Amino acid sequence: MEILRIDKISLNLGGRQILKDLSLCVKEGTIHSILGSNAAGKSSLAYVIMGCCDYLPQEGRIYFRGEDITSFPLSKRAKMGLTLAWQEPARFEGLTVRDYIEVGMKKKDDALIKQALHEVLLEPKDYLDREVGKSLSGGERKRIELAAVFAMKPKLAILDEPDSGIDILALDNIIKMIKALKKQGTTVLLITHREEVSEIADITSLMCSGTIVNEGKSREVGKYFKEKCIPCPTKVFPSQKDIRIKE
Amino acid sequence: MQDYELMLDAYVKAGGLPEIFRDSNIAHLVIHENKVIGKKLVKGLILEPKETVSGVDINLKIERNIKIENAVHLCFGVLPKEGVQEINIKAKIEDGVGIKLLAHCVFPNAVKVIHRMQAEIEVGDNAYYEYNEVHFHGENGGIEVIPKARIKLGRNSHLVTNFSLLKGRVGVFDLDYDTEVLDNSSLDMTAKIYGYADDKIKIREAGKLIGRASRGLIKSRIAVKDNAISEIINELTASAPEARGHVDCVEIIQGNAQAKAIPIVNATHEFAKVTHEAAIGRVDKKQVETLMSRGLEEEEAINIVISGVLK
Repeated sequence: MEILRIDKISLNLGGRQILKDLSLCVKEGTIHSILGSNAAGKSSLAYVIMGCCDYLPQEGRIYFRGEDITSFPLSKRAKMGLTLAWQEPARFEGLTVRDYIEVGMKKKDDALIKQALHEVLLEPKDYLDREVGKSLSGGERKRIELAAVFAMKPKLAILDEPDSGIDILALDNIIKMIKALKKQGTTVLLITHREEVSEIADITSLMCSGTIVNEGKSREVGKYFKEKCIPCPTKVFPSQKDIRIKE
Repeated sequence: MQDYELMLDAYVKAGGLPEIFRDSNIAHLVIHENKVIGKKLVKGLILEPKETVSGVDINLKIERNIKIENAVHLCFGVLPKEGVQEINIKAKIEDGVGIKLLAHCVFPNAVKVIHRMQAEIEVGDNAYYEYNEVHFHGENGGIEVIPKARIKLGRNSHLVTNFSLLKGRVGVFDLDYDTEVLDNSSLDMTAKIYGYADDKIKIREAGKLIGRASRGLIKSRIAVKDNAISEIINELTASAPEARGHVDCVEIIQGNAQAKAIPIVNATHEFAKVTHEAAIGRVDKKQVETLMSRGLEEEEAINIVISGVLK
């Protein structure tokens, strides 16, 4: 059963085409990866799905659990069970890690907050009362972002480059955490530019120049990406060529 | 109800804890208009209030090397709709003293009230002086608050001031603090205010780092909405070797509000350094969208961001 369906969306920002005729279907209970090089439009796709301000598509529709959410505001989509772990999470003066994680939870649950922090290798006693501000490193902030998404227990979590800014030793834990999200019933839309990260996904869609150009088993798509897309043969954005290879 | 009980009631609304007035180990002073209506001292603390026509003159002294264990609680207020209260404080904090003061200023019904405070504070060497002032105003906005302070800080000492006005209308607010800091001493001044309707906020906090290795941090956190106006002047001058200072101002505006920040940083010695950062504008869109992506409505998200900044 599909949890998310995107039908031919196009997005123009400032006269530039960011997403072009993009379609995607994400099945419930899966980890679905969006793999693509930098500037392929992956984060823009995340913002469009989430309903961020300025990211309303000019064409196409978005369906979440069968309901057309294209015109729904961001908070309504979140209340329906959709959320986003931001690639570069915002910092909040005066808001503690506990407060921040609690924002998305339906009810207060200290044990779940601690579990979420453990999942991302952060010791709760060292972090719960710390401010989500300047004193946290970029890597710590990313992990707290993932912990907040875990504790929210959404139906669909878009993880925008969860591996960026995370040291190599912690990467295994981030991957375990993504699998834990799936285990708790959250469908994951995993955005990445690293094929080794996309390999954990049940299915991978390859994104290039604002559209999905290939889709299939993660290992195969990852192999294709590694062989054909690094370095990018077109080096043009948006592409002037017809690069659509999706069946 | 008697004035004392009414003052306590307003004090509690301002966030104060009523039990402290029953604790024999905690010193306090309660002043309504120009009347001293409550007073308790502890060993080593000299607190001499003298009623005047329009307020109270307070002489505060602490004997050398005395550490006052619990914060001294002050409560100033005007309960009627109209009135003037002028508080003049002379404080002499001797060498080696440690004291923390917590003042609650309550004007819950003000329609035409003026509260002036003039403080002359002298802090000796190896001392710690902390002054926290919390205001609680009503919703009428008919209040003028004009606090002025001149503070001299000795050597190896530490001064902390925290001012917050987050409950009720600001009205007209005009704060002016001037501080001189000697060798190896530090000052840490913070003001947090939330203005709305046609509130007018003006703050000038200045520190002169004249002692070797003196330190200064002046921090302002202001939120204004509707037609409120704020102007923040944070001024740090470092004129001694190894003197270091930093000015940090954040002002958030909503609606038709206007905010101005004027950081003045001045170094007059080649081995002194003063830095500043200021951010003025609407609530950061990314912060709001992040909270909305967790299910909050836009207004709830904005309130959380502003509450955090003013916390």
